[in-house]
Amino acid sequence: MRVALSDALQKRIAAQMEAAYPDEGGGFLLGRARADAVLVEDIVKVANVFAEEERHHRYAMTPQDWMRLEDAADARGLSLIGYYHSHPDSPAIPSEYDREHALPNFVYLITSVRQARARDMRVWRLKPDRSAFDAGELHIS
Amino acid sequence: MAKIRIPTPLRAFTDGAASIEVDGGTVGEALDSLVAQHPELRDHLFQEEELRSFVNIFIGEEDIRFLQGLDTEINAADSLRIIPSIAGGRG
Repeated sequence: MRVALSDALQKRIAAQMEAAYPDEGGGFLLGRARADAVLVEDIVKVANVFAEEERHHRYAMTPQDWMRLEDAADARGLSLIGYYHSHPDSPAIPSEYDREHALPNFVYLITSVRQARARDMRVWRLKPDRSAFDAGELHIS
Repeated sequence: MAKIRIPTPLRAFTDGAASIEVDGGTVGEALDSLVAQHPELRDHLFQEEELRSFVNIFIGEEDIRFLQGLDTEINAADSLRIIPSIAGGRG
């Protein structure tokens, strides 16, 4: 899987993840996906609704967020193609918790944030049998 | 027939269809009908016989967990929607 992301969107994600530190932050990736080529055309920040004391290692959205943003994406002729979140003071590698909650055919963009600075950004996709994630290639342009 | 709206990432398993017509008088029967038509959906919706914890089923604006769950009765005019709960974290 090859994921194309503009430099401007990458900077917006990094800035949001740094602002959320030491909590996790996140949002949706909107764009187009065809086979193994994914183009991110926009991002939408979504509030972390996990219990406040758990937000340093957990991120969640509400089903209503999904409903509202899927409808909005459809209306714009885009698709919800993935979501992004941060791993404060941890690698940009999916956790077992990420895998258990993952959807197939969805891009997982994870940003490692250390000492309030975004240090690494990687993309992943769940294997069809749900056993693990495959690493993708993130191309910034 | 009732309809079920499919979330974007799962449409790869419904030949791209965003909405599928289903048979059944309850939510559980409607999901059985959906999975019978598109078997690849099963693993992503169910863990053994239970809905996966991040899979929500809505009838209109109502989450079936606050109704009668999979036993919630539906009629042919109902529109159901599968809504994933997005969650993650560093573990």
